Amino acid sequence: MIALKNVAHSYGHGGGELLTDITLDLAPGSFHFLTGPSGAGKTTLLKLCYGELKPSAGEIQLFGRNVREMTRDDIAGVRRRVGVVHQDCRFLDHLSVAENIALPLDVAERPPAPGDLSELIGWVGLSARARALPPELSGGERQRAALARAVILGPEMVLADEPTGNVDWEMSLKLLRLLVELNRMGTAVLIATHDLNLIRAAKAQVSARVLRIRDRTLRLAGAEL
Amino acid sequence: MTGRLPRRLVDALRPGAEGHADRVVPPSGYTARLTTFTAAAMAFLAVFALALSLAAGRLADRWSGALAQTSTIRISAPADQMETQTRAVLDLLQTTPGVASARLIEEDEQRALLEPWFGPDVPVGELPLPRLIEIVETPDGYDPQGLRMRLSAEAPGAVLDDHTRWRRPLVTAAQRLRALGLLSVGLIGGATAAMITLAAHAALAANAQVIEVLRLVGARDAYIARAFVRRFTRRAALGAMAGTVAGLAGIAALPDTTDAGAFLTQLGFEGLHWLWPLTVPPLAGAVAYGATQAAARRVLRELT
Ligand SMILES: Nc1ncnc2c1ncn2[C@@H]1O[C@H](COP(=O)(O)OP(=O)(O)O)[C@@H](O)[C@H]1O
Ligand SMILES: [Mg+2]
Repeated sequence: MIALKNVAHSYGHGGGELLTDITLDLAPGSFHFLTGPSGAGKTTLLKLCYGELKPSAGEIQLFGRNVREMTRDDIAGVRRRVGVVHQDCRFLDHLSVAENIALPLDVAERPPAPGDLSELIGWVGLSARARALPPELSGGERQRAALARAVILGPEMVLADEPTGNVDWEMSLKLLRLLVELNRMGTAVLIATHDLNLIRAAKAQVSARVLRIRDRTLRLAGAEL
Repeated sequence: MTGRLPRRLVDALRPGAEGHADRVVPPSGYTARLTTFTAAAMAFLAVFALALSLAAGRLADRWSGALAQTSTIRISAPADQMETQTRAVLDLLQTTPGVASARLIEEDEQRALLEPWFGPDVPVGELPLPRLIEIVETPDGYDPQGLRMRLSAEAPGAVLDDHTRWRRPLVTAAQRLRALGLLSVGLIGGATAAMITLAAHAALAANAQVIEVLRLVGARDAYIARAFVRRFTRRAALGAMAGTVAGLAGIAALPDTTDAGAFLTQLGFEGLHWLWPLTVPPLAGAVAYGATQAAARRVLRELT
């Protein structure tokens, strides 16, 4: 689905490579963790995976197409097949939570099925907050709204960037459970996190590969977990 | 821009037909009001420019019809000199620049012209009638001053009658006025396009964050552009409608006198010409549609 081969990335001209020689294959139904210290390049790697950034070297295939040859509209098509929960989950602050969650439907010009929407909002536990405006939400509610928005189109893959970044442990587990559930239904999941406890908790529920960014490249994490 | 354009234009004017496609961009009362006001003011001006242009056109047509580019030379001379003077005038006219043709009006023809006035019984042939020569000018015309001087030298009994010539500059002025009116309509359209481009540009730039969120959830450029285009098209069309109505009301309220030649009182629209100002609101909508599309395309290309 998403395949990176010997990919390198550097921001700007002066700076050296932030990531180098990265090879990664995200297959349907897989479950990955991406870890590494803050500033290691986790967010950057995710952006490469959904076409927000283009690699400075190497090759990235998104659904069988070379990302370098894709237009903005092609990338928009990728965004409909890959749900992304951004680190700073941003919303349209003048629309209600429910409207924000339904936004991908509107953007893809697919008719909303009202039952599905309220079911999805119930699934992430936001039924009581559906009419609220995003700025009124707590950190955990924002994360769950972002997750609901990421999955409303029934994506083949969900990329979650620090989904538990600013929520308490209980809420982290709740979000993890949602992502594991999604994976059981067949969606590939990749979670970027620096929280090793979260990874340990997940290992009890699902067989996940844990990747670590170290020395600018990707390694399979070993027994320290 | 094919035949799909009118349909898309109509789509853009249809309120709220596409879910909350309109609402994804937060409302901004300020640019909205400015756009509506600009469109209204421009439509108002366009109606007057159209009225001016059409009225000037009517005037030009009427005056130039009466003008018809002919004049006559009348020769009154003693009977024995009549023939030589007529010959002299005809020869002279052949070498006068600006004269396309000259023709002696025959006695029969002259009699036919006079008969209605005197009746068939009057022996016209025995009256001491002057000879008439009809001149058809080239479009550039001749120099009447020069012709008069040459005539007085060669045929003292000849008089040039060019009573309609004085209207020529008026016709030219009316034609220019019509062209200036049309040019004004064009300039008003251009200025409207420029102002709406600026407003759309500002609106797009102010909503860069919104555009980013829309892109993150998979919005194509066309979708984002449409959200802005629909707004600006609708505002411009509504504003232009108000401006057109106001302009038409102003013109309809002009005093209605039938005094011929009173240019001011004829500034209004006549007959089917009343349909022309009705094209102003849809045209304003089309201008806004095109201007916003272009602005959106440019901004969305830059915002990557
Ligand atoms: N747009 C950008 N331009 C330049 N440098 C950037 C940009 N985004 C991130 N960086 C830098 O790249 C490094 C990795 O950032 P990031 O991918 O966000 O790491 P992580 O998500 O692992 O914390 C950081 O040093 C950050 O400052
Ligand atoms: Mg990050």
